[in-house]
This record gives sequence, structure tokens and C-alpha cells, in this order.
Amino acid sequence: MIYKIWMSIVKEFLLLKRDLGGLIILFIMPLVLVITVTIIQDSTFKTVSDNKIQILLVDNDKGSVSKTVFDNLQKNNLFSVVTQLDNKTITEEVARENVYKGKFQLAIIIPKNLSADLQAKVDQNVENIVSKMGFTDSVAKPEKPKVITQKEVKLYFDPAVQLSFKNSVMSSIDKMISQIETKSIYTAFQNQFGEENTEFDQKSFITFKEIIPRINNKEVLPNSVQHNVPAWTLFAIFFIVIPLSINIVKEKSQGTFVRLLTNPVSNLVVIIGKTVTYSIICMIQFYMMVAVAIFLFPHIGLPPLNVEGHLFLMSVVALFSGFGAIGFGILLGTVASTQEQSAPFGATSVIILAAIGGIWVPVFAMPKIMQIIAKSSPMNWGLEAFYDVLLRNVSFVEIIPKISLLFLFFIITTSIALFYDKKKRTV
Amino acid sequence: MNSIIKIESLSKKYKDADQFSLNDVSLEINEGQIFGLLGPNGAGKTTLISMLCGLIKPTSGHFSIDDLEYHHHSSKIKKIIGVVPQEYALYPTLTARENLHYFGSMYGLKGSDLKDKVIETLDLLGLLKFADKQIHTFSGGMKRRVNLIAGILHNPKVLFLDEPTVGVDVQSKNAILDYLKILNQNGTTIIYTSHHLAEAEDFCTNIAILDRGKIYAKGTPETLIEKTENARNLEDVFISLTGKDLRDDI
Repeated sequence: MIYKIWMSIVKEFLLLKRDLGGLIILFIMPLVLVITVTIIQDSTFKTVSDNKIQILLVDNDKGSVSKTVFDNLQKNNLFSVVTQLDNKTITEEVARENVYKGKFQLAIIIPKNLSADLQAKVDQNVENIVSKMGFTDSVAKPEKPKVITQKEVKLYFDPAVQLSFKNSVMSSIDKMISQIETKSIYTAFQNQFGEENTEFDQKSFITFKEIIPRINNKEVLPNSVQHNVPAWTLFAIFFIVIPLSINIVKEKSQGTFVRLLTNPVSNLVVIIGKTVTYSIICMIQFYMMVAVAIFLFPHIGLPPLNVEGHLFLMSVVALFSGFGAIGFGILLGTVASTQEQSAPFGATSVIILAAIGGIWVPVFAMPKIMQIIAKSSPMNWGLEAFYDVLLRNVSFVEIIPKISLLFLFFIITTSIALFYDKKKRTV
Repeated sequence: MNSIIKIESLSKKYKDADQFSLNDVSLEINEGQIFGLLGPNGAGKTTLISMLCGLIKPTSGHFSIDDLEYHHHSSKIKKIIGVVPQEYALYPTLTARENLHYFGSMYGLKGSDLKDKVIETLDLLGLLKFADKQIHTFSGGMKRRVNLIAGILHNPKVLFLDEPTVGVDVQSKNAILDYLKILNQNGTTIIYTSHHLAEAEDFCTNIAILDRGKIYAKGTPETLIEKTENARNLEDVFISLTGKDLRDDI
């Protein structure tokens, strides 16, 4: 039996060696994928000056508030502020037209008299509080308060802008406006109490400090590489479903599968032969991606992947993820009748599994129902196991549940494939 | 002579089919025979061979090969039979040698036994100089010969051949049939299906004519021709038993 398995492995490798398209899918595409995605995602989070997003600012206020907004936006590393186009001051109409045509992603319209009205409203409120506390002259008759209408800072977004970007910009502007309001309130109180020259601390009293996990007494700062390499390696490993399912479909259409059924060899030998071969392929893919992330990334402006002390456990996760992918490939190849069925279905289903598994969007950011569904994706088990090892610094014992699920998935899918095949032949 | 294949009341009705593809067939094939299963399309030849090779299960009845009941000894039977399917059941991107090493190893052959046997049979069938060429570069006749070798590397006691000479040139056909005769002389019983009635008349020692899932006649080609009125050859016997109607079916 061992010799039969060995010869099956040799045969599978020979078939792969002579399949150029399959080799490209297995080895070149994953490398291109991980390099491309990591560069894109890395630059998205990088705050480099040449990547600034230009935003249009229409200042109808010309007061302290608009000046503060302008200064804060200029100081922000993400944005550069444009107030003139073709040497002309931008109007709301021009700004709206440019943004809606996609020439700029965002325009901020500061309304007329915002500074003056904000100050007046704050003064009014403070005066009201102070008078209720009995600090004002009791003889003086209170004046009827002036009606100050609420002010709107208008934001125009390019319709093609993603919601996440929109939300983060809106929250930055909201924070900026809150700071301006707070400063105005402090100033108003000072004026009321006649302490006009007192300096007060504008900084937030409560600050946040991120405590970064330490491994071997070194802080491991998560970056796009630490997130992307495991995620896209897993994606590549699961793409093995396509060549494997095509391989099985071809064996059926060529008649070699029928010949094997008449040979004194069990289906298990054939399955083991394929599993061993494709597990080796998965591991080669994994080590190639890791090598690229360690040695090539620093030369293309990306941080290197830090696998210090993790390589063994990462290899274990990669191997069991490979089992999950192989089981799925065997099932698909067994059920599909033609390559036209197996190839598109394989590609689409891997993309769906990746999407629900949290490869693109983190599971915690998904709707509740999708979070439950995500738990059923083998890619989610593999991804979480990779993150456990690489970012959460866990031990082997702690990844056992996740790798067991991957192995169970392999056993179940392979068993279904064997059962289906047997059933199909009972014509 | 001893019976090497005993078939008793074997029937097969496929799921969703209206009729039996094989209906209560009983047959004995003796050791050393070259047994031809002949019949028009849809007669039940492939169904019968597929059951004897273990590819499909009978609906009822049973059979034994070399006194081994198939239900209980399928793996033992697979070791003593060889199967040469009608299609080229080979890996196109592997060479002839790689294909034969792989299929030979599945029969338990290994080491120098396997290597020598591959070289010997490739040489006998005139393919040794193409041993390291990939199968997809071969002509139909060459593929057919490699297809045959893949089924006989382990010297089977019983060899099933499903139209082994279809679509090949005369030279390849002769090479295949000559080699099969050598195998038969060395003790292999051959069960063979074909639409080439003249070829079957020359090649087979015994024949059964099937139609609509039943055996209509069996015996040596000579006795069948003798028994049939006005028959000069096997084709006349065949037409006399199965009629002239077309047998197109989907």
C-alpha cells in the first residue's frame, strides 16, 4: 500500500509539473496577490505626505472657527486643503460640482457668521448659567435673549467614496468642531468672571494608550504585513481547490479513474496520494509567501514579516488549512462533471468563503448574522489560528480547537466525496 | 476444460430505465478461450463486461471468476483480471513509460520486475523508442497499444477487452491481435467485444451473440455459421439473429 501511495504521489507531481497553467495558479498568482494587496493596504494606512487627500474648503465665515478648521485640516497628515481653484475663491456651487464629478472626494462648506453666532450662543448659555447661580447683578433686569439659529457645516462627498472613509472624515470634523465649541465655552466663562488673560489647558484630560503585546521582550506592533500575509496566504492555499478539482474531473473524463476502479487499489490510496501531494504544494506556497514577506518586502518599502518564534506553529496552521482546502477540492472534483463546472464554482466559492471568513472585512465589523455565518467558514478558522499564533502569541494547545475543526472539515468533505462517488456508481 | 467465469441469472436494470439492460443471463467461459461478446448497440455487452470488472453492481444474479464469488472476493478478483477499456484511459501529459509504471504499480508490481515488464511489452508492441514521449503526442494506434499494455502488465488470468481495435490502422490492429494471441497461448483467457465481425470470426475461439439483454446464440464461430441457414460468415449469423433494423437509442 505504501508503494502504491508513493507512486500516486509521483504521478500527481508529474502531472502538476507539466501543467503550466496549474503551476501559475499555485505559485505565481498567490505571490502577485500578497505583494499587490499588502502594498495597497500598507499605503492606505501610511500617513505619508505625498498621499494626502485634497479637500475643498469654502469659507463663508471668515472668522476664528473657519480659521481653526483650516489650520487643523492642514496640520492633519491625511488632508491638504484647497480654497481656490484657477486662482478664484471656491463657491459652494463650484465645490459641489467638482465633488459630484469625482474631481475631489470631499468639500466642506463653513456657513456665514459661524464664529460670531457660535460665540453669541455660548455667551448666552454661559450668562444664563451664571445668572442662575446668582453671580450677576440682581438689580439689573434680564434682557430678552436674542434668537440664534442653529448652524450647519455642509459636507459634500464624492458618491464613489466608501462609507468607511466617509465615517472617519465625519468623525474627525466632528471632533474638531467639539474642540472649538469647548474652547468657546471656556473663554465665555473666563469673560464672565473677568479673567480674560488666564491660560487654560486645551489638551484632553483623558488620553488613550495602546498596550502592545510583547514577544521575547520586544513589542510586536501589528502592521499591514502581519495582517495581510496570513490572510492572503490562506486565500492562496484555498485556491488549490481549483487545480485539484480539475485534476479529479480530468481523471473521470480521461477514463483513468475508471481504470483505477478496476485495479486492486482502494479509493483511499488515490485520495491519500492526492492529499499528500497537495499538502506539500500548500506548504511550498506557504514558505514562498513567508520568504517573500521576510526578504522581499523590505526592498519594496514594506515592513518585513516578523515570524520570530512562530514559524513552527504557523507551519502547523498552514498544513491544517491545506487539509481543509484539499477536502473541499476533492468534494468539488467528485461532484462536478466537467471542468466548466468545477473551475468557476471553485473560484467563486473560495472568494465567498474568504469574504465570510473575514479575509477582507474583519468579522467583528460584519452584521450580526454574518458574524455567526463567519464562524462556519474554514477560512475563518485558519485565519483566526494564524492571528492567534502571529499576533496573539498563543501556544500550540490554544490553536488545537481551530486546527481540529479544519481537519474535521477535511474528513467530512472527503467522506462525503467517497460516499457520493460510491452512490453515483450504484446505477 | 475448466470454467473460469460462471455467470448465473445475471440481470441489470438501471435506475429510471424501463427495461432490463441485461436480463437473466447465464454463461460459462472456459479457461484458455478467446470469448467474443457480439451484439448491436444497446445489446448489453458493455453492461455485462462492466459488471464482470466490478464497475457496476448487478440487480440480481451472481457470478464468479476463477471460483471466486465476486460479492465476497472483489479485491482478489481485481488482482487476477486485466481491463482494457474502449477509451484511452491514460494520462496524456505523462510519457508511455510513466503511465505504465503508475498503472503497473497499482497492480502491485515494483522495482526491476515492473521496469523490465514495461520495456518488454513496449518492445513487443513496437513502442520502445517512444517510451519517453508524452501520450498526447501519440497517434490513435499507438495510444491503443499503450492502453492495452496498461491492462496486461501483471499477466492477468482473465483479460477483458472492450473494442480494442476500434479506430486504428491495419498495422496497429494486427500488432494488437498478434500480441493478444501470444497472451492467450500463455494461458490468459480473453473476453472481447467488437463490432468487427470478420475480425471476431478470425480471432475468437467462442462467441455469444447478445441482443436486448439476452443471449441469442453461443458456440464456436464455425458451429454458429453451420447452424444458421444460408449463412456464409459470422455477419450472416448476426443479421439473421438480430435483424436489419437500426438500433439508435438515447
